[in-house]
Amino acid sequence: MSATSNSTWSRRSLLRAAAGMAAAGSLAACGGNTGRGGGSGSGKNLVQYFHAYGEAGTEQAIKRYAAAYRGARVSTQWITSADFESKLFATLLTKNAPDVFEFHPQIQMVRSGQVADLTDLVAPVKDDFNPADIASHTVDGKTYGVRMIDDPQFFFYRKSMLDKAGVRVPETLDELIEAAARLTTGKVKGLFLGNDLHAVINPMIWSAGADTLNAKNEIAYHTDGVVDGLKKMRSVFTSGDLLLDAPTDYWDPSALNQGLCAIQFCGMWAMPQFQKALGDDWGVFPFPKVTAAGKPSVYNGGWSMFVNAKGENVDAAKEYVKWLWIEQKKYQEDWATSYGFHIPPRTSIAASASKLKTGTPAEGVRLFNEFGHFDNIGWTQAMITALEDVFADCVRKDGSPEAALDKADKAVGRELKKLFG
Amino acid sequence: MSTTTARDLAHPSRAEAPPARPRRGLRGSRTLSFWLFIGPFLLGLALFVYVPIGWSLYLSFFEARFTVTPEKFTGFDNYTYMLTDPDFVGSLGTFTVFAAFIVPTTWALSLGLALMVNRLRFMRGFFRSVFFLPTACSYVAAALIWKMSIFSGVRFGLMNTVLGWFGVENIAWLADPNPPWYWLVIVSARLWLQSGFYMILFLAALQNIPGELYEAAAIDGAKPGWQTFRHITLPQLRATSTAVVLLLLIAAYQAFDEFFNLLSKTTWGRPPLVELYYTALGENQDYGAGSAGAVILTVLICAVTLLQGKFLGFGKGEESK
Repeated sequence: MSATSNSTWSRRSLLRAAAGMAAAGSLAACGGNTGRGGGSGSGKNLVQYFHAYGEAGTEQAIKRYAAAYRGARVSTQWITSADFESKLFATLLTKNAPDVFEFHPQIQMVRSGQVADLTDLVAPVKDDFNPADIASHTVDGKTYGVRMIDDPQFFFYRKSMLDKAGVRVPETLDELIEAAARLTTGKVKGLFLGNDLHAVINPMIWSAGADTLNAKNEIAYHTDGVVDGLKKMRSVFTSGDLLLDAPTDYWDPSALNQGLCAIQFCGMWAMPQFQKALGDDWGVFPFPKVTAAGKPSVYNGGWSMFVNAKGENVDAAKEYVKWLWIEQKKYQEDWATSYGFHIPPRTSIAASASKLKTGTPAEGVRLFNEFGHFDNIGWTQAMITALEDVFADCVRKDGSPEAALDKADKAVGRELKKLFG
Repeated sequence: MSTTTARDLAHPSRAEAPPARPRRGLRGSRTLSFWLFIGPFLLGLALFVYVPIGWSLYLSFFEARFTVTPEKFTGFDNYTYMLTDPDFVGSLGTFTVFAAFIVPTTWALSLGLALMVNRLRFMRGFFRSVFFLPTACSYVAAALIWKMSIFSGVRFGLMNTVLGWFGVENIAWLADPNPPWYWLVIVSARLWLQSGFYMILFLAALQNIPGELYEAAAIDGAKPGWQTFRHITLPQLRATSTAVVLLLLIAAYQAFDEFFNLLSKTTWGRPPLVELYYTALGENQDYGAGSAGAVILTVLICAVTLLQGKFLGFGKGEESK
């Protein structure tokens, strides 16, 4: 064979091989986990995003519900909690965005056209929802999400430890700080507020008699009571009675269950784990009042379902949301009470949720009803970050509360101007 | 020369060589080959580097929140915002502190390791591998090990356990910025991760120093040890040292993983990339401001690199010195 022909043969072979590899790659991509396959339904493919819940069985439950849907093939992406927000926001800008996703109500998602109007889905059952949940998802009379669960957050404490130290359940922030000091021993810290303290920011503001924004969407957190609260938080941070740098954060019950602390801020979702680890040796109380003018508060976190308004399957996605989170009451109750404990936002389901009717779970529901504060749809992620920075600057770092709040005012004011003019 | 002779013997007559292919065809084939090899990379470079850079520059002049196809032109507003944002300006300070510490420390440690391994008479390969192995570890994995195992703030963290033997109270290494123990965690993680790689560079350079230099110095009465190291070894390592410093500085500019994983949600200890991540991607989704910050950072890196090149003489040939 001549050199020339040999060369030609090689070049063709190379091209053939390259084409073959490209085809194989394409086929592999078709067969791979693109996030669009799966499910036993027919017709369109839908993708839903969920953050990774800590409670065992939740991922399987969501996939089980999706598999039961016949209107479309629904696949689930279960995303590590720390990455959820950034992955969701970044993906929403692309064609690979999920059709359905869980998040918290935030007005900028409405204003930027990222979430679809779900008013027609919710309207027929609107009266069966907690009115505060409807209000927190409504902008200009339109409802943009369906609440799946309400998650009240409060303090959990070891009854035996408080009894032994002769400490009663704190009713003010000063009493909480004093209790933390008396409960701290060689191996046990009195109090755990989470590693970055972010979970208690809003409760502290509410318990100081202030709010994040007022009814006119103006800054309402910059008050003397909040400044006072920030100073008290700084004192507990530096007291040596606060558990810092725990292996897991506030949302995980391990700090209290493993005996690292006597009082821990956590959410109602962890109640089954507390029951399993501590039996009856635990109780709950709200974030105590910070000033005489304030009152105890409970933050009602939770998650809601949204439909990607820029997706290719908006109608199919809305149908799926309607089927699962409006019509399938059994799944909604299962989701709210079979893994962690959450309060179902549908009043009819909440009324029949037997696991929440007695003992400490019932006390949690009472605190939710009496002291609960819901998400404000006008309080956006940038504003949340601004107040997190306040805690970082003046509670964790020894900065001036006034200076930190002034810095937050600038950031929040910039955001408010963009959103409300 | 013998090579020429051998070739001439093998091919006695040039006239008998097979006729060359037409020049035009050959040139065409070479051009085609050039584009076949270069094209995909050029396309990738344009698509994934130059287009995003251009797009970022474009975004920096618009209000681009929750969108990368903005419509509202804002001029230099994003630049003004970033340059007056205490967190972004602070991140430049953080980088300066970090670079000022990590560059000389890594340089010294990797050189020290190289000198030590180079002097070993046995098990040199073993120790070279041991020190190099951390390079293969991901920064994220190392950060998590540092955070959850070695520098965990609770009593069963490795460091706190050791300190506990001496009666020292638990230290919250990462939660409390006063005192700033977090720097110890971050710097030790990075030193562990990258010193082995630079040790290999120094080791190669050390092995290239001619032995005659040391012999001549010994004959001239130079004492082994510090004197030899200062007057022979160190000057001979100048080119490698300059390259190492440059690489370390670039790596410091790119610091992200360990800061992000060790110090989430703080206002301190944020290098520029982490700050820009929180501005543009993490939660705020302000692509306009983030892009403006990226442009500012790029200009700054270019300026520092040019200045460094001027001061260190990097890239100058020996003849120009």
